[in-house]
Amino acid sequence: MSSRLPIVPESTEPLPRLGENTGLLSWVASIDHKQIGIMYLIATLFYFVIGGIEALMIRAQLAKPGSELLSPEMYNQLFTMHGTTMIFFVVMPFLIGVGVYLVPLMIGARDMAFPRLNALSFWLFAFGGVLLYYSFFTQSGAPDVGWFAYAPLSEKPFSLNNGPTYWALGLLVSGIGSLISGLNNVVTILTMRTPGMTMRRLPLFVWMILVTSFLLVFVMPIITSAFAMLLLDRLLGATFFTPSFGGSAILWQHFFWGFGHPEVYILILPAFGIISEVIPVFSRKPIYGYEFVAGSTVAIGLLSLGVWAHHMFAVGLGNVANAYFSLASMLIAIPTGIKVLNWVATMWGGRINFATPMLFATAFIIEFVIGGLSGVAIASVPIDWVVTDSYFIVAHFHYTIFGGSLFAYSPGCITGSRNSPGACCRRL
Amino acid sequence: MEALAGLTYYTIAISVIILGIIVIAVTYIVIRFRKKSGEEGEPYQDFGSLKLEITWTVIPIAIVAVLFLLTCSTMRAIDPPSADREPDIIIIGHQWWWEIIYPESGVITANEVHLPAGRQLLARLESIDVIHDFWVPELGRKIDLVPGHPNYMWIVAGEPGVYLGACAEFCGAQHANMRIRVIAQTEEEFSAWLTEQAKIPETPSTGIAADGAKIFQEVACMNCHTIAGTPAAARVGPSLTYLATRDTIGAGVLTNTPDNLAKWLKNPAKYKPGSLMPNMKLTDKQVNAIVAYLEALDE
Repeated sequence: MSSRLPIVPESTEPLPRLGENTGLLSWVASIDHKQIGIMYLIATLFYFVIGGIEALMIRAQLAKPGSELLSPEMYNQLFTMHGTTMIFFVVMPFLIGVGVYLVPLMIGARDMAFPRLNALSFWLFAFGGVLLYYSFFTQSGAPDVGWFAYAPLSEKPFSLNNGPTYWALGLLVSGIGSLISGLNNVVTILTMRTPGMTMRRLPLFVWMILVTSFLLVFVMPIITSAFAMLLLDRLLGATFFTPSFGGSAILWQHFFWGFGHPEVYILILPAFGIISEVIPVFSRKPIYGYEFVAGSTVAIGLLSLGVWAHHMFAVGLGNVANAYFSLASMLIAIPTGIKVLNWVATMWGGRINFATPMLFATAFIIEFVIGGLSGVAIASVPIDWVVTDSYFIVAHFHYTIFGGSLFAYSPGCITGSRNSPGACCRRL
Repeated sequence: MEALAGLTYYTIAISVIILGIIVIAVTYIVIRFRKKSGEEGEPYQDFGSLKLEITWTVIPIAIVAVLFLLTCSTMRAIDPPSADREPDIIIIGHQWWWEIIYPESGVITANEVHLPAGRQLLARLESIDVIHDFWVPELGRKIDLVPGHPNYMWIVAGEPGVYLGACAEFCGAQHANMRIRVIAQTEEEFSAWLTEQAKIPETPSTGIAADGAKIFQEVACMNCHTIAGTPAAARVGPSLTYLATRDTIGAGVLTNTPDNLAKWLKNPAKYKPGSLMPNMKLTDKQVNAIVAYLEALDE
């Protein structure tokens, strides 16, 4: 008996495929990992434009003090939707899209382990976003409680409109998609590698996707349950997060950041993977310290599960808890530093071709070091007491997510067109 | 504050040094190791060095260890145990204003925290609705006001003066207009202020102010607000007993003058859209009477 016996018997009907059928159906019905990867990238680009317009409107409002360009309600809706869109509908699906496109190619598999689930996760993500954005067209408008939706502000007594309900529903749907794609990647990478590709020979990008996917599998259930609890509170009168009826406002923060902090590593680890592929290629040298780059990823993945309350230093959890979370967060600087120095060492002594991907990769190193060092500063509790909830934090995570993740994903896409046959970007 | 400054300088210094090393290394690499025309073949293929890896693991561990020890000592300096002491001030967050209570004297005021300069007080922070965050930058740390979870914070202002702050946790439509004024006074001024605020004012019995007092009871003001010594004792909105002594109206939206107070009473939503204070549709005569009443309480 083969261990790869499918649970659901393979369909005997031939499915529409690109090349044979070129119509819309060949895309909508596709279970081909490359087509799904491309659809992820197109959908991501769409949401990226929307999220970018929201960011520009925020900046336009803030261009002068006391501006009345946007009403307070509209402004609150825009920054909520900007954050939610960029995290859940741009960076996360982008890395998943790049992953499902490249992982089977890089490990020599014909497709993902579960091609239909792959399609399901894409459509859950895409329609989750539609559900979220539909809120703009309802009478009550979009969610306006911040992308973190802190309870009890997001609860019915303080948000009578339906915005937060759409928020929780949309993210619940797309979150299930992310969980499925995480599982799919784990199974694909662990069981479908071409003979001879041991874990020690795994391309670094695949290593990072593997760790990311494990994180998705661990943390998506936390936030998905929290969304379900928030919906129960809002729609059926439960009181998980309403202190006046015996719930806990802090519980929501534990759930949200218990997901939210591993989430930022979900966003950045595949970027590390792309950088670890781009730098050797354009420096004409192998990656420096392969084992350390791969091992430090695993260290980051494990540590990231135990640092969430560094978002909550001002909540009043007590100094013992604060000290623990401070130390755990600072420790992440060590494996991250190892990575940065290995990239620099890879470039050292190389013959570097500064093509576009390499320009992004070089800028990534500097931008990410700034993001990382500011992260160490806010891991220190007393400094965080001063700078939390301020532009320091906004700057910190935009350095890591924009200067970090997005810079990496741009060379990732461009390199894809050069290195992998029949690749995405040439066709796009 | 000194410990905090020391920790911050240490962190900035370390960060600048590390960033400097990386920037210089990358700049050097970009100039020195870029591919030049005419160069053929591959560079030396280097797979790594255990010695270097150990070096750049151990050095960061040492830096983190120092930073962590400094963090713990600073945390203890800023937030020493309060040993079950009763708070000197209770600060309660409301959407979108601050209720300030001095439990010993029973004084209740709003949006202005009066302190004796140089004396360290223990504040208890609570919230009546959503999560707020008390932040006066010049006085140091932030702390959340969490419903159902009282927090404690030491608060001290070194020099007499006015220190401005704001709510730092997004709390709804008027989060931006939830301003704090910390007014640090000399010990004498502070105790004089406290005695003054603890007095129960006389209800005016003649003139327009007396009309105002009557209107205040009749048009539902008393359903939300307190005026000491009258049946008005609700705590939904700020206590108005000594409103006239405060600098601002609406947690920092308007300067507190009789004219502005009249404008505010006519239509609070014009100055603070979303404010929980409704437009009571008062006539000009009613507004002037209430303003006269509220101003008269301070005489």
